[in-house]
Amino acid sequence: MYLEVKGLEKKFGNFKACDQVDFALEKGALAALLGPSGSGKTTILRTIAGLENVDSGEIVIDDKRVNELPASQRGIGFVFQNYALFRYMNVFDNIAFGLKTQKQPKNIIQERVEELLNLVGLTGLEKRYPSQLSGGQKQRVAFARALAPWPRILLLDEPFAAIDAKVRRELRSWLRETISKLKITSIFVTHDQSEAIEVADLIVVTNHGRVEQTGSPLELYRSPATPFVASFIGESTILSDYGCLKGFNKAPKGAVCAVRPEFIRLFSPNEAIQYENCVQDGLVERVSFRGNVLEVKVRVGDFSLVTDYSLERPPISLGDKVKVLIYRLYAFEGVTQARLVSNDGLKSQNNGYNFEI
Amino acid sequence: MKNTNSIGQALPNAFQPNLWGRRFLIVITTLFALTFLVAPLVVVLTRAFEYGWSPFWKAVTEIYTVKALRLTALTTVLAVTCNTLFGLCAAWALTRFQYKGRGFLITLIDLPFAISPIIAGLIFILTYGRLGWLHPYLVDWQLRIVFNVPGVVLATIFVTLPFVAREIVPVLAARGTDEEQAAVLMGAGFFTVFFKVTFPHIRWALVYSLILCAARAMGEFGAVSVVSGHLRGKTNTLPLHIEILYNEHKFSESFAVSTILVATSVIILTARNVIEQLAKKEDESNVFRS
Repeated sequence: MYLEVKGLEKKFGNFKACDQVDFALEKGALAALLGPSGSGKTTILRTIAGLENVDSGEIVIDDKRVNELPASQRGIGFVFQNYALFRYMNVFDNIAFGLKTQKQPKNIIQERVEELLNLVGLTGLEKRYPSQLSGGQKQRVAFARALAPWPRILLLDEPFAAIDAKVRRELRSWLRETISKLKITSIFVTHDQSEAIEVADLIVVTNHGRVEQTGSPLELYRSPATPFVASFIGESTILSDYGCLKGFNKAPKGAVCAVRPEFIRLFSPNEAIQYENCVQDGLVERVSFRGNVLEVKVRVGDFSLVTDYSLERPPISLGDKVKVLIYRLYAFEGVTQARLVSNDGLKSQNNGYNFEI
Repeated sequence: MKNTNSIGQALPNAFQPNLWGRRFLIVITTLFALTFLVAPLVVVLTRAFEYGWSPFWKAVTEIYTVKALRLTALTTVLAVTCNTLFGLCAAWALTRFQYKGRGFLITLIDLPFAISPIIAGLIFILTYGRLGWLHPYLVDWQLRIVFNVPGVVLATIFVTLPFVAREIVPVLAARGTDEEQAAVLMGAGFFTVFFKVTFPHIRWALVYSLILCAARAMGEFGAVSVVSGHLRGKTNTLPLHIEILYNEHKFSESFAVSTILVATSVIILTARNVIEQLAKKEDESNVFRS
C-alpha cells in the first residue's frame, strides 16, 4: 500500500473530527472521501497534507511515517476548494511557483509549465491573472499548479463544489481521465455521492469522524456495511417495521430497512403477473417527470415508497391503483450492520426476476 | 435617476433629501470647511508673507530652523522605519496564529491612540529621566535619552506605533491563509511566502499607513515637547521651533516656518489620494474581472 492512514485521531476542542480513521491506498489509485459536511473528511485530507497535526495515529507514505515531516517536505500536491490561486501572479507564475522553490533550472520550468498548460488545455492563457479566468479555468490552473512539482500524492478538497452543474460534469470526466493517464495517487473530498461513484476507484465513506466503509463504488452499492452507507449511497427510502410488507414477513418486529428505487417495480392492476403472491396494492401519490423517466411516489400500507417508472410502460397518473413488487431491500441489524434481503415469494418461484446487479 | 455622479447614485431616491434639504447640507459643510480649515490656512500664508518674500526666506533658512527641520526629518525616518518593522511583525502575529492573550495584544497596540501625548511624554521622563527606573543603568552606559535626540525619537515612535499595524491587520485578517498554505505545500520557506504571496496583498495598505505615520511623526508636538527640553538647535523639532518663535513674538517668522509643515501636509494629502486611487483601481480590476 502506498498511502496508509492508521488509527488517526484529531480533536478540535471537544469536537472529534477524526475518530480512529483507517484506510489504505494503492499506488496510482483514485480515492474519494465521501461524507456529509462535518463528517471529518476535509480534516483527514488536511492531516495527510500536514496542514493539521494529528493527536494520535500514523500517516505512512511509501512505507515511511510522515507524521513529523513538515507539510513543505511531504511531496503533496493540494487543490484547495476555492483554488487559492496566487492572485497577484499570472497563470504561468502560479504553475511555476513550486518548480521555482525547488530551484529547477529555467528551461525545465518553461518546459514543465508548457507541458501542464497543454495537459489542462489552457495553452495561450499563461499571461492571464486568476481574476481573468472562469471558475473551470481556475480549477484547471489549481490542478496544474499542484501537479507541477511532481508530487507523490495529489489531494483535492471538494474540487467541483464551486463550479456550475454543466461544467462540473465535464470536469469530472476530464479529471478522471487525466488522473488515470498520469497514474498519480489521488484523494478527493466530496459530499456528492454521484460524484464519488462516477470518479473514484475507491470510496471511503465517513460519518461523525469515523470511516463507515471503504470499498469500490459497486461494493458499497451492493453490500453496504452499515445503515448509513446504505442510505447515503444511492437514493433510498428508510422504512421501520417493514415486516408487514408482502414477502418480508419473517422480519423481526420493529426491524428497519432501506429500499432503493430500483428494488421496486410497479404494475397496473389488470396486468397479468405470475408471482401474484408477492405483490401488494399501492396508490400513486405523486408522479414527476425526471427527463428520461417518471419518478413515482406510491403508498403501500403506511409506507411511502419512491421508484422510477419507464416512459415506455403503460401510462400512470396520480390516484391510480397499482400493484407493487419489492424485489429486495437492505435490512438493518442494529446501527452497525446492513444485509441484502430478497423477497421470499421470488425465491420460491424462481421466475427469472432474480436479476443480479 | 438623473444623477450621473456615482456618489449621488448610491442613495435611492426615497432617501435623497429635497432641494432645500440638500442646499442646507451643502451650505453647512462649506461653512464648516471655510471657518475651520480654509480661514486658518489663509491666515498662516498671509502672515508668513506679510513683509514680503525676503524676510520669509530669511526665517526659513535661519540656522535653527534648518537644524529643527533636520531633526524632524531624522525623527520621521526613524519612526517610520521602526514602525514598519513593528507593524508588519505585529500584523503577522495578530492574524496568522491563535494564542492566549491575542485580544489583549490588539488592545495594547491601540494604547498610544488613547493616551494623551503629554502623558506619553511624562511616561518617558519617569522611565528614563533623572528619577526614572532605568536612569542608573543609563548612566552606566553613558546614555542620555531624556532632553536629548533619542528621547525625541522614542516619543515619536511611541505616538505613531499603531499606524502601520492598524492598517495591515484588517487586510491580512480578511484575506485568510489559503494562498500561504498553498505556497507552503509547494515547499516555499517563510521569506518566499511573505515576499511573493503575502506582500502583494498588503502593499497598498502599507504605503498608505506609512504616509499617515510620516504625517503624524512630523507634526507630533505634545509628547516631544515634554521630553525634548527645548534645546534650540539640538532637540527642537519643527513644531517646537514654531512654538518658540511664536512665544518670542516673532509672528511672521513662526508663520513662515509653519508653511513648511503646511506644504508637507499638502504633499502628503495628495500622495494619500493618489495611493487610494491606485489601490482602488487595482482592486476594482480584480473584482470586476472575476
